[in-house]
Amino acid sequence: MASISSRRLAKELREIQSEGCPVGISLLEANDFAKWLFTIEVMGDSVYQGEVYTLQFRFDSHYPISSPAVQFVVTDGKEAPIHPHVYSNGHICASILGNEWSPVLSVIAVCVTLQSMLASCKKKERPTDNDRYVRNAPENPKKTLFHYDGEHYNFKSTYLQD
Amino acid sequence: MGSDYDISDDDADYYDDEEMMDGTQDDEEGDDDTESADDMDYGDDFKVSTKAKRKPYEVEYESLSQQAVEKLMQRDVDHICGIFGVEPDTASLLLRHSKWNKEKLIENYMDNANSVLVAAGVTLPEPAETSARTHNITSSSQQQSSASRRPATRGSKLLGLASSSKSGVKSPSPPKALSRTPSRKTDEPFVCTICFNDAPDLQTLALDCEHMFCTDCWTDYVMAKVRDESEHSIRCMAEGCALVAPDQFVRTILLAPAGPDTSEEEQAAKEKTWDRLQELFVRHFVACNTNLKFCPYPSCTNTVSCPSAASKSSLTTVVPIVSCGARGIGAQDSASSMSSSQQFVNGLGLKGKEHKFCFGCPIESDHRPVICSVAKMWMKKCRDDSETANWIKSNTKECSQCQSTIEKNGGCNHMTCKKCKHEFCWVCMGPWSEHGTAWYSCNRYDEKTGVDARDAQSKSRASLERYLHYYNRWANHEQSAKLALDLYAKTEKKMEEMQITSALTWIEVQFMKKAVEEVDKCRMTLKWTYAMAYYLAKGNEKDLFEDNQRDLEKAVEDLSELLESPIEAENIPTLRQQVTNKTVYVQKRNEIVLEDTAVGFLEGRWKWNVSVEGFDAPEEA
Repeated sequence: MASISSRRLAKELREIQSEGCPVGISLLEANDFAKWLFTIEVMGDSVYQGEVYTLQFRFDSHYPISSPAVQFVVTDGKEAPIHPHVYSNGHICASILGNEWSPVLSVIAVCVTLQSMLASCKKKERPTDNDRYVRNAPENPKKTLFHYDGEHYNFKSTYLQD
Repeated sequence: MGSDYDISDDDADYYDDEEMMDGTQDDEEGDDDTESADDMDYGDDFKVSTKAKRKPYEVEYESLSQQAVEKLMQRDVDHICGIFGVEPDTASLLLRHSKWNKEKLIENYMDNANSVLVAAGVTLPEPAETSARTHNITSSSQQQSSASRRPATRGSKLLGLASSSKSGVKSPSPPKALSRTPSRKTDEPFVCTICFNDAPDLQTLALDCEHMFCTDCWTDYVMAKVRDESEHSIRCMAEGCALVAPDQFVRTILLAPAGPDTSEEEQAAKEKTWDRLQELFVRHFVACNTNLKFCPYPSCTNTVSCPSAASKSSLTTVVPIVSCGARGIGAQDSASSMSSSQQFVNGLGLKGKEHKFCFGCPIESDHRPVICSVAKMWMKKCRDDSETANWIKSNTKECSQCQSTIEKNGGCNHMTCKKCKHEFCWVCMGPWSEHGTAWYSCNRYDEKTGVDARDAQSKSRASLERYLHYYNRWANHEQSAKLALDLYAKTEKKMEEMQITSALTWIEVQFMKKAVEEVDKCRMTLKWTYAMAYYLAKGNEKDLFEDNQRDLEKAVEDLSELLESPIEAENIPTLRQQVTNKTVYVQKRNEIVLEDTAVGFLEGRWKWNVSVEGFDAPEEA
């Protein structure tokens, strides 16, 4: 198992290094196959113009069968973008990170999806239940996805339809 | 017909069933769940059952093994196969998708077969024809379409185009079990897009959507879905693809003969996953069927069928306590996970409790004689802190200055708040300074509000006391039952010793067991009679109920006391006589309570002091 995860991540990393990242996304750190960091920025006209965020990926040995744990970095003076699907602790409410995850998706695919999620946002807002969620949220956002209550679930699927 | 379940795990006997079904089931379509027409058709006549053995407080039910439920599922599958002319795998997917509601499935299918097949993940939706992609599709080669999905095209793949590049419209024919044809005739070697393995001898699999992945990835994926997510519906791994893997496909992945490089361990894990998947199918079927309930005991896979308690309205007249027939918790391999006290009791002969549970509600114990809705109400009352709040309300007031909660536990009405030193009058809550010299009598006493306040307080105090009366007795019986089991464990050990040291035989020292079991059972009844009595409206009926309750309680306490008397070799014969007699008496009293209450429900004799669904509103007191 572990070999599949590292082989796959090695391949993804090679591709990133040879082909480069899509515009607005760049690799910040990938010292091992456990945690990668990217910077992400929305290009063109958007409410996040000129803002650069850091995205953290954590992989377990079952990647890509199991989804990576993805969140915005909110330490060292970094902040999560203000977005209706991003909590202030950096956790992201996006279906492809949860029940819509597919093993054919890649790290870059996730970055691009999140970039377009930010790009399509018209108004900077925190999720309505931000305070309640952040107070009780587990450290690993993947743990939340499995225990989503109905409200969250709807939330996620709303995003899907956007 | 009664022997249907005897056919065990044989997969190949669909056709026998189908014959039978043609004769019997088609006529019974009207019923919502027809799967059980032959075996469980006692829903209507159970009240005039010829089996006189059943007591009024018992319900008729049947325990089904996993195989028996699989048999029922198979019957539905065969029925659908016969009507739609589809393969069993397709019928299974359709039924699971429609939550085993056969009637609705048939209706929808007749209405628009294609949309039902697409929704259930059996066939692909018609491709969204965009001019950009049509030529790609008409060029027909499946190799090409799979090649176009290679990671080289990452940029366009990201937004989920992979799933829509279909190679044409699929007929609603059953899915091919699997296509094992690896696409290695092309110039480019196949690379699994998940693990990036490009070994030339890579084994690959794909569903009808032709999203091809290597067999190892499929295996990991299926195992993760089934084991980690308890998911029985295994969708294609491609992003956005809604096709669901038919059983044969999953079976091939999990149960294919082990290759030379698969370890025995892996093979065993796969087989276990397959078994788990079968259990998930059964659980899903059971959850969709109101006549069935899965045994809630850990690692038990039995199901109980109880059509007479399937409807909500029936639960106002019966307390459907059922048992799946198994005993103990888990198989021998789970013994290590048991707490030491459980092992203690098991080791000493109670052999684990029977898997008794209520068919009508989530309470996992015998809550006879009280019906589900009242038992639930009581449990909620005991759990929540409404009574704590009630106690605070009846016994405390808040300091009018700093709002600290103060309990007055004696003394005069001149209060000094310990926290803020505010001095006030307990009666009128006004500042004490305004009371002038009229110490010890509140001269600002407002007749009306004063009386109201005291009324409210004494009322809530009375209701609290009433609750505590019932709650203490309820909790006491639970506690005593536990103590009785502990006592039994000790006693049995002593008796075992006596077998060795004295001339007594094994059989002569066994009378305790029966008695302890009976005490345990009766204490459970007594426990719940207090919940019932708490909610029963005042009147003759309640008085009679409490008379029966008192008689049982007296008998149980007498027997309990006997059980605690010291055991010596010489007093065993007398003790045995007394205990045996008392046990029989207790048993009888218990039956009277259960029977009378159950008959009362059937006659609609019980009235409540609160509103209970399905009953008349309580009369105003």
